Amino acid sequence: MSLLIRNARVLNPATGLDGLRNVLLDNGRISALAEASADFHTDKEINATGLWVFPGGVDLSAWLREPGLDHKATLRSETLAAAASGLTTLCYQPEPGANFDSAAQVKLIDEISRRAGYANVAVLGNLTQGMKGEQLSNMGSLKRAGCVAVTNGWQPFHSLQTLRRAMEYAATHELTVFVYPLEHALAAGGYMHEGEVSTRVGIPAIPSAAETVAVAQTLALASHTGAKVHFCRLSARLSVKLIRQAKESGLDITADVAAHQLFLTEMDVSDFNPLCHVMPPLRSARDQDALREGLADGTIDAICSDHQPHELDAKLAPFQQTAPGISGLETLLPLTLRLVEDGVLDLQAALRKITSNPAKIIGSDAGQISVGAPADLVLFDPDALWDLDISTMRSAGKNTPFAGWNFNGAVKHTLLAGKTVFSS
Amino acid sequence: MLNAHLSPGPLPSKMQLTADRRLKHFLTVEGLPPLLLEEILDRAEQFVTVPNKQQKKAPLLRGKTVMNLFFENSTRTRVTFEIAAQRLGADVINLDIRTSSASKGETLLDTVRNLEAMNADMFVVRHEHAGAAHFIARYCAPHIAVLNAGDGRHAHPTQAMLDMFTIRQKKGSFQPLKVAIVGDVLHSRVARSQIHALTTLATGEVRVVAPKTLVPAGIEKMGVNVFHNMEEGIADADVVIMLRLQRERMQTALLPSEREFFKLYGLTEERLQLAKPDAIVMHPGPINRGVEIDSRVADGLQSVILEQVTNGIAVRMAVMSMIMGPQAGGAA
Repeated sequence: MSLLIRNARVLNPATGLDGLRNVLLDNGRISALAEASADFHTDKEINATGLWVFPGGVDLSAWLREPGLDHKATLRSETLAAAASGLTTLCYQPEPGANFDSAAQVKLIDEISRRAGYANVAVLGNLTQGMKGEQLSNMGSLKRAGCVAVTNGWQPFHSLQTLRRAMEYAATHELTVFVYPLEHALAAGGYMHEGEVSTRVGIPAIPSAAETVAVAQTLALASHTGAKVHFCRLSARLSVKLIRQAKESGLDITADVAAHQLFLTEMDVSDFNPLCHVMPPLRSARDQDALREGLADGTIDAICSDHQPHELDAKLAPFQQTAPGISGLETLLPLTLRLVEDGVLDLQAALRKITSNPAKIIGSDAGQISVGAPADLVLFDPDALWDLDISTMRSAGKNTPFAGWNFNGAVKHTLLAGKTVFSS
Repeated sequence: MLNAHLSPGPLPSKMQLTADRRLKHFLTVEGLPPLLLEEILDRAEQFVTVPNKQQKKAPLLRGKTVMNLFFENSTRTRVTFEIAAQRLGADVINLDIRTSSASKGETLLDTVRNLEAMNADMFVVRHEHAGAAHFIARYCAPHIAVLNAGDGRHAHPTQAMLDMFTIRQKKGSFQPLKVAIVGDVLHSRVARSQIHALTTLATGEVRVVAPKTLVPAGIEKMGVNVFHNMEEGIADADVVIMLRLQRERMQTALLPSEREFFKLYGLTEERLQLAKPDAIVMHPGPINRGVEIDSRVADGLQSVILEQVTNGIAVRMAVMSMIMGPQAGGAA
């Protein structure tokens, strides 16, 4: 089965290509990329005049909840939401209650998500058994089962020694370690950023140092062990500085930020809005500026949704009693493109943060438009205008603080391995 | 319904006023206009009990049901709210939620919905978490008024107003005053509400005095001067407000010992001499004698601690009648 996408503005952030092209897809992969005048004989074609074509988004963190926490969301509901939002690969973020110690569990996720068929689901395996931070997980088997990286999520380690050993063992299997920098002793009992606003609203707070202390420790261990470390969800100004310095010194590390951190700050919590209860917490405007600078200069490689769908009740309580997290799949691409409007990134750089860069971090050949790459593509109408409306969200989680925001440009079609998985 | 539930609510300061800027709920002092604070104080004057004189009947809340929802311990605050409501002719129901539904796993929202169904007109809420009263005000039926009796470290607006009442009674005007708030500001909702009230009423200088471990980040932004030295902090003060220090602060490495705290920050007669000669000493209670305040000061001539308690009733009557009485901003 072949498909021709005719006359599209092709944006390939991996190479910087930006021009009118015909894209030929064959057997789930991109088989040719030619000037718009070239013609092919195909079974089917899409006239993409006026549309942009870029690689499907690769999201480094989606809490997909199934199995174990299906009352919040399912693989089916969330991969459909991903497809409708221009994302074709989701990294399954493990959590207590839904995490992966064995090859069988990884295969189960693979099966369920293949059956749903809307998006690729790449599993982040456990770094320690049950994410308990004590014993090493069976990383060799997890890798063979297809895990793209290993992580302990936000769970603490028994000791730094455990982290050190886990990093060494992961490096043995050439597995990247996703580290969530948090010194739990400094964060304990906190629910928002420590600063002016937490003082005003009286919510127990988490200082930036809870993150930066952990970043510094992990950098030292990365340097010592030679493990490939990916820093997840940076939120603090000093973290960006530390990562920048480490990269300059040649350390092989990468980092990401959640999209909402680039648009919301501690001020958004000043009315106790539980939809802005996130981990790490929304920090100050200065921190946000540093995160945006870090994106622009390449210190931060990727933007992710950190999608955390919740049932309604999880957010219906006083701030401290609500579950943290934002349902973010449907705003990852629109918020990333808004960074272009805000002058933070150019279009190619913005797309790179959610396609080729995250793909590279998980060792995937997706996230690019080149011959031989998977035909995971988004056809995008740059002229469409829309408002985020909770009632039309596809994710099972309606917990977004971005309701009512208006966005420029909308996904028209999403293709997964050459097959249309979403059309508006 | 879904949209309504998940849309961010209005700011507490906006939510507590009606369109014509009268009091609908009393959730926080922050953001309230100075005139409204003065109205509370003026109205409270009318309710002050004069010794040896029969309390004037003021059945402004007759037929109304006030429910005291206390999710956290309190004797004095609850009792003064109860007396205030009774003097206004309301029916008062006390619910000690810790021993009832909440401990059976009922959510806060379900508890509120059930009480609504019992024809409540006003909830007086105390809760361990910041924003709880705001949360209830956001989700309860529109005819119900919510009065915050303390939420986490956030606010305790009636306490702050009774303190303002006491200060005004003793000092007249706020503009020339130096007010020092001493002790555990970090954990204190009382201090936060006092600061908002004092700055709104254009107090000359508001100071907080405590070691760095008990001063929350960025508190200067609330319009106060921070002192870490007690002697400097209370020098020339017209009003010294001591905060309660809880024992568990020693366990969480915020302070070395009660002894050292008393030595460095405790209010003794000698230290009080650094303040103005006619300075008054206040405390929201309950006091820890020998921890933050010496007994001779607590029981001394400059102490107005018990008057604060008495004034608490008048101020709570004032606020309740402004919200629920005839021509009130709240439910009619």
